[in-house]
Amino acid sequence: MKRGFIFWAAVIVILAALPPAVNAIGQPFYIDLVRRIMILAIAAASLNLILGYGGLVSFGHAAYLGVGAYSVGILAFYGITNGYLQWLVAIGASAIVALAIGAVSIRTSGIYFIMITLAFTQMLYYLGISLDVFGGDDGMRLKARSQLGFVNLGDAVQFYYLCLALMLVVLYLIHRIVESRFGMVLRATKSNEARSRAIGFSPYPYRLVAFTIAGAICGLAGALYANHTNYITPGLMSWMQSGDLMFMVILGGIASTAGPMLGAFALVLVEEFLKGYTEYWPVILGPLLVLSVIFFKRGLAGIVGKPHA
Amino acid sequence: MPWSLVFEQLLNGLQYGVMLFLMAAGLTLILGIMNMVNLAHGSLFMVGAYLAVAAFNWTGNYVLSAILGFLGTLVVGMLIEVIALRALYNRDHLDQVLATFGLILFFNELTALIWGRGSLYTSLPSWLQGHVTLFTGSRYPLYRLVILGVGLAVAVALWYVVTRTRLGMLIRAGASNRTMVAALGVNIRLLYTVVFGFGAALAGLAGLMAGPIYAVQPGMGEIVLIQAFVVIVIGGIGSIRGALVGAIIVGLVDTMGRAFLKPLLATLISPTAAEAAGPALASMLIYLLMAVVLALKPAGLFQSR
Repeated sequence: MKRGFIFWAAVIVILAALPPAVNAIGQPFYIDLVRRIMILAIAAASLNLILGYGGLVSFGHAAYLGVGAYSVGILAFYGITNGYLQWLVAIGASAIVALAIGAVSIRTSGIYFIMITLAFTQMLYYLGISLDVFGGDDGMRLKARSQLGFVNLGDAVQFYYLCLALMLVVLYLIHRIVESRFGMVLRATKSNEARSRAIGFSPYPYRLVAFTIAGAICGLAGALYANHTNYITPGLMSWMQSGDLMFMVILGGIASTAGPMLGAFALVLVEEFLKGYTEYWPVILGPLLVLSVIFFKRGLAGIVGKPHA
Repeated sequence: MPWSLVFEQLLNGLQYGVMLFLMAAGLTLILGIMNMVNLAHGSLFMVGAYLAVAAFNWTGNYVLSAILGFLGTLVVGMLIEVIALRALYNRDHLDQVLATFGLILFFNELTALIWGRGSLYTSLPSWLQGHVTLFTGSRYPLYRLVILGVGLAVAVALWYVVTRTRLGMLIRAGASNRTMVAALGVNIRLLYTVVFGFGAALAGLAGLMAGPIYAVQPGMGEIVLIQAFVVIVIGGIGSIRGALVGAIIVGLVDTMGRAFLKPLLATLISPTAAEAAGPALASMLIYLLMAVVLALKPAGLFQSR
């Protein structure tokens, strides 16, 4: 407990102190970089809810990133720039899409579940490519950033602190969900499906609700991402993006509160580091990832505390 | 609608189907026997295509370069199995997906490093460039018929190996109970490496045959890989027969959808709406098909276990 407290205090202090610090040394680029990492951490945390705690290996989580981003982009396209409305639609649309995909997918298991979630995301990806009105394959510019009133998303530092606050809220929220009665049942269905059935809990509704919540939270990340890049492409829904999110969860440490955040930082920072050396950085990153899967089972969060069962 | 065009697209669909079958056969064997999800199978498709192009530039002989591409992918496949994947057989699917995802990054970038990011184009030898006049009167490229023939020949050969030979018996036994097979004194490690190598070589064969039709470029195996997964999920994991039927269905549905969905929709709804919805629906069609099959038969059409 004490170790956890020190860890979170350090995380908050470091991330809060980052913008003035990098401005002072004249490297504002890092504000953008860490903001992107925190947005991806929200997406990875939502995936962790179903993958880490629920044991549902979704290979299509990037879909909700895309649905959230396109919701914001399409509303802005038609001149609706009210941020609260946009983000509400982004979250709602992602939740509905997740509910629909989950309702079919959760009936399957194992490799079939991995493949069917991938297939649904591919469908959305091709849908994005064929939407010529909204840029098709090339994607579209966000007409205007979401208008939120109290924060100006055009200001890099204000947007940074909003992302930091939202990331912490999401991590806490997921922590509370996992610790609740609902979360307990969800974890039980992962560790032993037969036993949880035997004591009267059918896994299906619990998994479906978790799947929908995860989709909704990832939709929020998508809305943030659209504002971050100011540009929306179908590439957000590509299977490589889904794979990246999975890697963040695993690298950080599956089924732990801080894991997805640590994983997002680790993956993106290693990527940026390698990019500084060679244009062909995936040649090095690929084998590193293979090695991390084979040898680094508990992830980064294993250093901070024990994961849940 | 001109029937010769329909027939031509049917042949295209079959040709694409047998190519998918070459991919799916290896994938389904590896999944069925070793319980291993191998995303890097698409990379082997790409490796086959590149090796064949490199061998052609070196030797100048098409048949020789095809053989070298096939054997080269066999070796690359066995190396991957021994170096990286062997450690993953006892892990869950999640670890396998992630590790082989890392391999994809590696192979895509390695080919970009060696051969550049642009696409390579290969020319066929003159004896494969001709056209055949079909009974409908239209002319059809000879090379596509050759692919169709090779694919069907491989299907027959695979059927023979799996059902009629000692190796096939071991493969089937390994799929149903690997511990028992190992207990009977079969070197299961070697068996796995051999099966993996030949699965890889089939993917390489598909890739090197696809080379002259599609562009040879980094990442070329990924769409084929995902479609091959659709094939084995529809067909039923571990079943070669399921892979063949699934591949033909997916190849036909995908090709016919791309060719005829737009004009078909235009007769039902307004042409402008069809213009927008046609291509979108066509590229989503096989995934819809997979969702429907899984909703009705959660273990695929031909359940093997």
